[in-house]
Amino acid sequence: MTLRAATLSGSATDRVSAALKRAGEVEPKIHAFTQVFEERALACTSQPQSEGAGSRALAGIPIAIKDNLCLSWGKTTCASNILRNYESPYTATAVQKLIDAGAVIIGKTNLDEFAMGSSTEHSCFGPTFNPWDISRVPGGSSGGSAAAVAAGIVPLALGSDTGGSVRQPASHCGIVGVKPTYGRISRYGLVAYASSLDQIGTLTRTVEDAALALSVICGHDPLDTTSSQEPMPDLLASLDTPVDSLRLAVPRQARSDANHPEVARVFEETIATYKKLGATIVDVELPLLDHGIAAYYIVAPAEASSNLARFDGIRYGHRAKLAPGEDLFDLYCKTRSEGFGPEVQRRIMLGTHVLSSGYYDAYYNTALKVRRKIKQDFDRVFADCHAVLMPASPSPAFKVGEKTSDPLAMYLEDVYTVTINLAGLPAMSIPAGFASVEGKQLPVGVQIVSPAFDEARMLRIAQQFERATDWHARKPLI
Amino acid sequence: MSHESLSPDYVRRIAKLSRLSLTDEQVAQYGARMSAVLGYMNRLRELNLEGVEPMANVGGTTNRFDEDVPGPTLSNDALMKIAPDTMPPFVKVPKVLGEGGGA
Repeated sequence: MTLRAATLSGSATDRVSAALKRAGEVEPKIHAFTQVFEERALACTSQPQSEGAGSRALAGIPIAIKDNLCLSWGKTTCASNILRNYESPYTATAVQKLIDAGAVIIGKTNLDEFAMGSSTEHSCFGPTFNPWDISRVPGGSSGGSAAAVAAGIVPLALGSDTGGSVRQPASHCGIVGVKPTYGRISRYGLVAYASSLDQIGTLTRTVEDAALALSVICGHDPLDTTSSQEPMPDLLASLDTPVDSLRLAVPRQARSDANHPEVARVFEETIATYKKLGATIVDVELPLLDHGIAAYYIVAPAEASSNLARFDGIRYGHRAKLAPGEDLFDLYCKTRSEGFGPEVQRRIMLGTHVLSSGYYDAYYNTALKVRRKIKQDFDRVFADCHAVLMPASPSPAFKVGEKTSDPLAMYLEDVYTVTINLAGLPAMSIPAGFASVEGKQLPVGVQIVSPAFDEARMLRIAQQFERATDWHARKPLI
Repeated sequence: MSHESLSPDYVRRIAKLSRLSLTDEQVAQYGARMSAVLGYMNRLRELNLEGVEPMANVGGTTNRFDEDVPGPTLSNDALMKIAPDTMPPFVKVPKVLGEGGGA
């Protein structure tokens, strides 16, 4: 059921009960959640609605949030042993806004530890599985949120997107995933991975639902000084405006031979659909698209090595037990080695290395220069075009375990998504077709990228495609 | 400065700076994986970046000043509850002064 349909049908109790029942049915197969708040969610629906707090646009709607968003009940684990028992004393601004609008949080969803991964396999609770084929990953790092929406448990889940962590799982699970412009949504209460790239995003079944949810959670927050003061236009008002006056850019580099043939086919069919809708397709160059991965996997680990220094076993989280004679230094090292999984440890070390004196210029500073060039390339394209079309991921969902032993292969999953975060742009993945792989039908998404703060037009472009196709209406048989 | 392979000693040094203690097996495994990733990053050196200013973030770079008015804050009690070892209103830590205390 979509968010829009849910607001029009049944009572809050019916909706939340149905979500919990559905979670009970499919959770053993997909493992989308780290925690389900059954009692609390049901209790929420029987309370009288408080008046005046926000628009109540989401009254009684069951939702899920990624477990790297702070919530003042339950645990905020980041799927890491270092925070396995951490109880946040406060709630993230974006989550509070959803609560104020009447949404009922039924649980927190699984992720790659600290959002570092593209498959939701790097979780201390074990992997999440793709509802379309449970032998495959749902993508990551917001894989639990994507799987929960795709499996029909909730119509809306929040994720976070540092290098594609909302868009790539949305693509692999056949749903709509939006990462707005950097700064559109407060990051207060989002556990930091790479602060100059992190942004909260939405996972929904339809474009309209995404617009509804974003209308609630976007906006300036005094608790996050990087949150933007840019006014937000009405995201729903322009959804129905046709795209026939628009110029859509297709980068030559996005038609790479490295794309899975089925992804390439779906991408070309999407371009053809937009042509049919009257949009003008413009071939463009994004010369540094292929260099985005290298720049991103320098910048993101560098920021992570600094952000994750706070997990030291002193003020909160796991603390290691010391043997006689061991000191504070041993406490830090033991706590962190026990608490962080291997991928997180490697990214912290990679970040420490690229920031260390002697390597700073060769790696970190070079990556920041490439970052500026990437931003300039997009600026150049947007001087002449309204949006860019790209695949969301070069391949459909891969098998569980297929890429865990080759981190570089896993990183290359993000080739079409990371540059967007480096440039701070809004982008979204929409269901655009299916890949036939080994007898299975796997969803494939296409990505729409807009100029900064132009989410309204991006959503309109997505909505017009959704209206012309029925990919978003297909559901996994699970 | 190619990174065909990081030496075990260098990997241990980075681990120490990262406040991680690794087993010998991890040193070998992490070293190999990091070397592969760093090798891939060498492609950035092919680019002509002459005259390009580094860009650390996309947002505005001007400072924003707030009025100096105290706002709500988390209570000491709430923070004591999540600390692993306490002697309220303090958090307990191992010896800080003396040898090893400079961590």
